[in-house]
Amino acid sequence: MAGGVLDRASVDAVLNDLDEYAVEEALRIVEAHSPTGESGEASGHTITLISMGPDRATDAIRKALSMGADDAIHICDDAFAGSDALATSLVLAEVIKKNGYDLIICGTESTDARMSVVPAMLAERLGYAQMTFAGSVTVDPATSSIAISRVTEIGIEKMTAALPAVVSVVEKINEPRYPSFKGIMAAKKKTITSMALADTGLAAEAVGAKAAWSSVKDALPRPPRGAGIKVEDTGNGGSALVEFLAEKRLV
Amino acid sequence: MSDMSTVLILVDALDGKVSSAVGELATFGKRIGEVVAVVAANDGAGVAAQLSSFAIDRAIICTGADFASHSIAPIAEALAAAVAKESPTAVLITSTARGKEIAARLAVRTNSGLLTDAVDIDADAIATQSVFGGSTTVHSAVNHGTSIVTLRSNSVEVQSGSGPATTEVLAVAISDSAKKSSVTSLEATVKGGRPELTEASVVVSGGRGTNGDFAPVEAFADSMGAAVGASRAATDAGWYPHSHQVGQTGKTVSPSLYVACGISGAIQHRAGMQTSKMIVAINKDPEAPIFELADYGVVGDLFAVLPQATTAINARK
Ligand SMILES: Cc1cc2nc3c(=O)[nH]c(=O)nc-3n(C[C@H](O)[C@H](O)[C@H](O)COP(=O)(O)OP(=O)(O)OC[C@H]3O[C@@H](n4cnc5c(N)ncnc54)[C@H](O)[C@@H]3O)c2cc1C
Ligand SMILES: Nc1ncnc2c1ncn2[C@@H]1O[C@H](COP(=O)(O)O)[C@@H](O)[C@H]1O
Repeated sequence: MAGGVLDRASVDAVLNDLDEYAVEEALRIVEAHSPTGESGEASGHTITLISMGPDRATDAIRKALSMGADDAIHICDDAFAGSDALATSLVLAEVIKKNGYDLIICGTESTDARMSVVPAMLAERLGYAQMTFAGSVTVDPATSSIAISRVTEIGIEKMTAALPAVVSVVEKINEPRYPSFKGIMAAKKKTITSMALADTGLAAEAVGAKAAWSSVKDALPRPPRGAGIKVEDTGNGGSALVEFLAEKRLV
Repeated sequence: MSDMSTVLILVDALDGKVSSAVGELATFGKRIGEVVAVVAANDGAGVAAQLSSFAIDRAIICTGADFASHSIAPIAEALAAAVAKESPTAVLITSTARGKEIAARLAVRTNSGLLTDAVDIDADAIATQSVFGGSTTVHSAVNHGTSIVTLRSNSVEVQSGSGPATTEVLAVAISDSAKKSSVTSLEATVKGGRPELTEASVVVSGGRGTNGDFAPVEAFADSMGAAVGASRAATDAGWYPHSHQVGQTGKTVSPSLYVACGISGAIQHRAGMQTSKMIVAINKDPEAPIFELADYGVVGDLFAVLPQATTAINARK
């Protein structure tokens, strides 16, 4: 089984903290099924980190490799700058299709663009099962299936699917490990394959800022919230609050 | 915009109940053109019957899959079929986690641009979004394909109408790939009669300051007809269910009134509530950052302030 872990928002040159949960979950899944307790060719289970981001994303990639992922693909080209979620998912889907993975694990959102839509777009583009916002993940390599549990607007939902699948994990799923000294040393020898626009097979027009299908007309700083009222409770704070709410017609 | 424009609004009633969020989508849609409600639910007819008080011109009931058991993908395909049939100017969807994922798949399927988390949309389908944690307001438009826009609930007062004049059934050929994930069980959250967090017009949240006792928070919420939220400190401690967490990794709420009780106002919490129209904070630390965004702050002990406020509200009834 081969898994891919995605890190999209490497813009801060630190591993997006939400993606650390994805890396950790990939490690746990592989460790649970590997005869050696580790990932790697010998165990039949490998973890590839896929990151789309500028040059400085390499620090984040090294960190994920030092946690234990086997190798990495760094999709990097100025042509990708300014890509929206649609273009980003297109690039990632092309790269994933070229290599083929059983499981794609993502964080639920990038800390910069908070849309939380890339995993669903990937599932749509790849035709894989969509298993998003997972709070727990169980993979059964014998039956090539996955089960998750997730919290939705209306309750706790359990879902199953046959692999391949796109999973996104919420931050409550695990406690990401700190890289060990051994892990940091080993990471230095791991392969990071760079992919530029030409390697993805996509046209320059399909990605980057010029392919953004929505545009900002204007951006205005929101007028600062007027300095609020602050009162100290000296025994009637609750009643005073209700008077204020009544004045504002909120009760 | 011309009378020829059609707007599709998604009626996604997973538990069979249509919420006022659909009425908001219809209200927004009316600004742009004729409003067509697309129902993608197992009991389509039962769901469509609940649209009668909204400003909706027509309804399309999609069939072709067990929508409830395959979650998001078949709903996106049903909507795509309705888009192919109606060639609408815009598709409006409620901005929940689920709504955004449906919109995301629809955008891919229809080669269209997508705007999420809008709080307003005008007659030309220009959407207003609040970004960078509410510090900036941007106006954006889709410039390719159909405008697919997700709108946060509690953004507009629902305009009433006479419901769909006609209802038709659209048999959709849902692909096998859309049925790949299956819901095996759903344990509905016991709501205790309180409104749904993301739809409530008043939200009262408790944090670490409750020290695990949510009783005064719940009592005040009930006096206000409010939903109950919680900070991550409170959900992580197991004091309140994770499904009630407000913030970056919880729900995003934008009610008319948000009351933060014993919550310090960390950036990750603010991310989920700072577009609320009115913010009230109760905190015993006068330096708590939550006071920076509060319209009304009470420096005091929530265990004294909340019960007194609850009594005062109940006395007014
Ligand atoms: C990746 C990531 C994601 C996160 N996502 C979220 C999220 O979605 N939502 C979220 O909320 N947090 C989130 N957090 C956590 C966030 O950083 C804060 O730790 C959390 O919001 C703190 O919760 P709190 O305000 O309840 O607790 P604290 O910060 O401990 O504040 C408690 C407050 O209660 C006050 N208090 C104590 N006793 C009383 C009393 N009797 N009466 C009145 N006031 C009292 C104190 O003065 C203090 O201000 C996230 C963190 C990370 C790293
Ligand atoms: N040089 C680059 N190579 C690859 N991806 C990039 C590059 N620059 C930006 N991106 C990605 O494109 C998306 C949009 O980023 P931005 O250009 O910062 O708006 C993000 O997912 C970035 O990680």
